[in-house]
Amino acid sequence: MIPVEISSIKKAYGNIKAVDGVSFSVEEGEIFALLGPNGAGKTTLIEIMEGLRKRDEGAVKVLGLDPWENGYELHRKIGVISQDFIFFDKANPREAVKYYADLFGVSVDPDDILREVLLEDSAGVLFENLSGGQKRKMGFALSLVNSPELLFLDEPTTGLDPNARRAIWDVIRGLRSKGKTVILTTHYLDEAQQLSDRVAIMNHGRIVAMGTSDEIIEAHGSGERLEIHGTEELAAYVRANTNLKVEYNGKGVISVALKEKIDALAALAAVEQSGLDWGEIQTRRDSLDDVFVKLVSGTIDEHGEIRAEQSSYDAANQRRR
Amino acid sequence: MVSAKRTLSDFRVFGRGYLRNWVGLFFGLIFPVILILLFGAIFSGNSSGTILVYAQNQDDGPMSAQFLNALNSTGVLNVQSVSVSDNFTKFLADHSSPDGIIIPANFTLDYATLKSVNITVYGNPSQSTSGIVSGTVNGVANYFNLQRFNGTAIIGLIQTTVNTKQTKYVDFLIPGLIGFSILVNPMFSLVNISSEYKKTKLFKQLSLTPLTKMEWLASKVIWYIFLSTVSFLLMAAVGIFVWGAHITLTAWLIPFLVLGPTLFASMGMLVGTLTKNPDTASVIGNVISFPMMFLSGTFFPMYLYPEYLRMFAHVLPLFYITDGLNAVMVYANYSQALIDIAVVAVITVVLFVAAAKLFKWRED
Repeated sequence: MIPVEISSIKKAYGNIKAVDGVSFSVEEGEIFALLGPNGAGKTTLIEIMEGLRKRDEGAVKVLGLDPWENGYELHRKIGVISQDFIFFDKANPREAVKYYADLFGVSVDPDDILREVLLEDSAGVLFENLSGGQKRKMGFALSLVNSPELLFLDEPTTGLDPNARRAIWDVIRGLRSKGKTVILTTHYLDEAQQLSDRVAIMNHGRIVAMGTSDEIIEAHGSGERLEIHGTEELAAYVRANTNLKVEYNGKGVISVALKEKIDALAALAAVEQSGLDWGEIQTRRDSLDDVFVKLVSGTIDEHGEIRAEQSSYDAANQRRR
Repeated sequence: MVSAKRTLSDFRVFGRGYLRNWVGLFFGLIFPVILILLFGAIFSGNSSGTILVYAQNQDDGPMSAQFLNALNSTGVLNVQSVSVSDNFTKFLADHSSPDGIIIPANFTLDYATLKSVNITVYGNPSQSTSGIVSGTVNGVANYFNLQRFNGTAIIGLIQTTVNTKQTKYVDFLIPGLIGFSILVNPMFSLVNISSEYKKTKLFKQLSLTPLTKMEWLASKVIWYIFLSTVSFLLMAAVGIFVWGAHITLTAWLIPFLVLGPTLFASMGMLVGTLTKNPDTASVIGNVISFPMMFLSGTFFPMYLYPEYLRMFAHVLPLFYITDGLNAVMVYANYSQALIDIAVVAVITVVLFVAAAKLFKWRED
């Protein structure tokens, strides 16, 4: 059975289209990341899959069930950590796991589960006294109580310090090694790249790119290019004396698109012929970062907001238009 | 389907959390006891039935002294002498006392010579104490008149009260404050919890477990029944052992201790559910609770209220609880208690069902 299958999902809040026709499916054992800035519709989409929110249109099957209609049945089989996980202030992680085990009617050793999420040292600390990272780990622990095959993690590391983020990543990698299917949302590119098998980039309620990192770069990146440090004059010379597509970024970097590797030789020959000064040379491909910036028209800061600042790639593209 | 096991495990986590919260515990258990101690202390002077009354005896004969002794020995008045050199009106004003008596200078002589003599009684007609003072003085004066002519009273009085024992203020206070704590704890807690859990999305979190809304609400209700019962026992114990209250503890109290917290927990739940945020919820909660607190016979017996407020009290659910508790604990009037139980039961069922139906784990 395909764990998650959704097609043409739409959800609007008043005039705002939070999710605007999203379709994909997630395979068993896969870690699938929804990547995008705040307000892209990630949380709405993941909550529709979890059965916490009703969709306006489209079809959703999660573990063969309609999440909204059969939420009660579905929730016994999935694990969920919501973006703002919260628990009773006056309960500690060990009691919380015991509580969830009672609710799910399963028998577990709370300490085993807390060890799995690297929280055994704080098993007796009241929730109100846990750090942000520890609270998130407790959320993980609770989502594992019913041994779910499918987990939904909504921004599992947002707002955590780098150490806590790495610890959570280790927990997620642990889930992968156990063959669990995981759907996570994030606005951290490195998180999506580090953890997931496939990434869907979301913006304005739509998926603008989907696949493995390589597939996305292949489909939306600009391909391989040669970058030469030099002046605008040198760029003009190379453009005039070769058949190659040459860009100048205004900051001393000339970019030559390479259809074939041999094109690099022609470009360098022209550079040498020009008699002008030139510096460092390198070939490079677009990274997922570059593609992301291109697709969402900006970079994302640590809070998930888009920064209007444009990359050299984008600036060059705009001039070309 | 409601699972007892899940309800119980939610009860355990919630109760443990409650007991770890000193503020909640204070308001849940200690505060009502403090109220009983406080109100009991304030009114204990009156509770034996004596009213403080100042008397200026301008007469120096034996009859006036006998007259004042007779007033004191009625057990109704506590007569305190004021020196003849004092300006009596000013003295009363300085002592914030409305009630006073002046015995004129030639009282003994006039009494002996059968000459008409008047005792001046100061009072404030709007205060119940003043009526008692003038009535008592009048009664004693009549007695002295009769005696002067060697007469005996034809019509006598046998004094008794409605119930077999003498009721004191604290006897009314305890059922009232038990009603108060039955209202306050579940109501305010559930207003707060339901609006906070909605805001922090803890309800959403819980909706991802097999716990149902009904089980969650039931566990809260059971907790507040438990808490109200403990609080009831503490308050009754303090009332009986500290203030010597005459209250009856019978199985008739159980329906009130079960239905009351259920009613107000459901009401609090409804307020939290139907309002947008915790601030609004708390305001609405106060608007509903405060009039109920003061107009349902909590701090004073209902017969002291003006007619229109007594009518209004009949729309307040707490009235039926306080009334029923009084009927059971003070008057042993079980047919009235039965009516109160019936009314409370109907309101409870309606509110509980509405709360369970209207409150949502998740949003659309």
